[in-house]
Amino acid sequence: MDPQGADKNPVVLKLRERDAQAISEVIEFRGEVTVVVPVGHLRRTSEFLSADPSLGFSFLADITTVDRFPVEPRFEVNYHLLSLERRERLRLKVRVGGNDPTVPSVTPVWPTANWHERENFDLFGIRFEGHPDLRRILMPDDWEGHPLRKDYPVEGYR
Amino acid sequence: MTTVATPTGAAQTMVLNMGPQHPSTHGVLRVILELDGEIVVKAEPIIGYLHTGIEKSCEKLTYAQAITLTDRIDYLAPLSNNLCYCLAIEKLLNLQVPKRPQYIRVLLTELTRIASHLVWIGTHAIDLGAMSVFLYTFREREEILKILEYVSGQRMMTTYFRVGGLALEPPPGWLERVRRFIDSFPDHLDEYEDLLTNNRIWMGRTKGIGVISAADAIALGASGPMLRGSGVAYDIRKAFPYSSYEEFDFDIQVQTAGDCYARYQVRMAEMRESLKIVRQAIDKIPAEGPFRAEAPGVTPPAREEMKTSIEGLIYHFKIYTEGFAPPAGEVYQAIESPRGELGVFLVSDGSAKPYRVKFRTPSFIHLQTLPKLCEGRLIADVVACIGTTDIVLGEVDR
Repeated sequence: MDPQGADKNPVVLKLRERDAQAISEVIEFRGEVTVVVPVGHLRRTSEFLSADPSLGFSFLADITTVDRFPVEPRFEVNYHLLSLERRERLRLKVRVGGNDPTVPSVTPVWPTANWHERENFDLFGIRFEGHPDLRRILMPDDWEGHPLRKDYPVEGYR
Repeated sequence: MTTVATPTGAAQTMVLNMGPQHPSTHGVLRVILELDGEIVVKAEPIIGYLHTGIEKSCEKLTYAQAITLTDRIDYLAPLSNNLCYCLAIEKLLNLQVPKRPQYIRVLLTELTRIASHLVWIGTHAIDLGAMSVFLYTFREREEILKILEYVSGQRMMTTYFRVGGLALEPPPGWLERVRRFIDSFPDHLDEYEDLLTNNRIWMGRTKGIGVISAADAIALGASGPMLRGSGVAYDIRKAFPYSSYEEFDFDIQVQTAGDCYARYQVRMAEMRESLKIVRQAIDKIPAEGPFRAEAPGVTPPAREEMKTSIEGLIYHFKIYTEGFAPPAGEVYQAIESPRGELGVFLVSDGSAKPYRVKFRTPSFIHLQTLPKLCEGRLIADVVACIGTTDIVLGEVDR
């Protein structure tokens, strides 16, 4: 709501201070801060957020994708982070295009990402580079298509 | 079959499918076990047998219609799901809920927590060979379901929480029933503890089994009793209070051992804490007052108004057919469900239907810890480890 307020957020300031290029946008809505990160910076930003003791985002609550079809870049991958000590949440967001969407895996940073990334691969068809075991998780192995994409029908034949 | 190195030398392993039709997997879970004799070398959970595409279905319904689907995610704690989803919509709308429905929500979700823990302790005990606990806990759980039926008209799929408050005014005398239940329940809790807490077989089957350290639990995203059993005092009701939880006095239950017995102790103590909250809620709930926020265009008009005025009828019709359109934006709302951090990520594009709904369900994440809990242990302990994670397969697969 107040872009100035989001820019004064200590986490955002800290990220800016480390590498101004690593943030492409900061969104604040209903008191929640979303930091949009270029895909190339995701891995290093994640490592910094989880390892820096003054930030301590050691808990990854969730990874989920939003399909903005037909807008390009089509996919937004959201990472919901939580700092247990400081009781603070942060949303990281990366945007990737629909042509072979690829995002670096954060499983080495937060092991819990393993199944989350498999789920996003399964339902959205996003490839997570460096994932140890990228297979479908909810749908059968021989399933065609990715059900949560917006161009996948809810009912009837495809 | 593969050859592995074991303490007694190289050995051949056997692969065994446990489930999806197995009584102690609590639904349709399949675990591929690689066994060296009776020792589990590798365990791999296979899920998806109950995948019903709830998130996709939500995108075709209005915000209010999708509430009925949330009941079916975690069918042992439907009111927790209702609450989380409604709170997310209210956050999106920036809608203030009056205190009375807030307290009623707290009371009913705490009863749901007790009911869910009762199913857990009953089934966990039956898996480990203590048949009688199951019979007792289901008797008390039925009492809670009767209260829910009296209040909402449904035993399980209540859909009682709606945007802005409750579906309808609770019936007269319902608090009396709640009071009767909480007066008798501590004795029943003692009864379960008499059967289990110092039971040598129970201790043998749970102590030192399924150990997970605090660091591993955090790394694997565990929450709720799974995290508190490993010594991390994190409870969303305290860390990010919602629905006026900050006004209630209760303690976070923590154990440090990180084994099945520690999680048993945490959940048993949590039921007593829930009773404390319910007792306070009974005193706090005002006798008079609205059961729903008044928000024109979002919450329907009072029933009397709908029946007597033409505007009321039109609004009622419009809200139930077209729904309402929150501003474009995205919110994440988390609550402490009986199992842990239940989150709803809601994306609105400014239309009357959610653009994307994601349920961050604790069972899905806790199942991921299963290999950590049972690898290197005996095959009989796999049952204890599945039980202690307190998974609901409907929530795992959604």
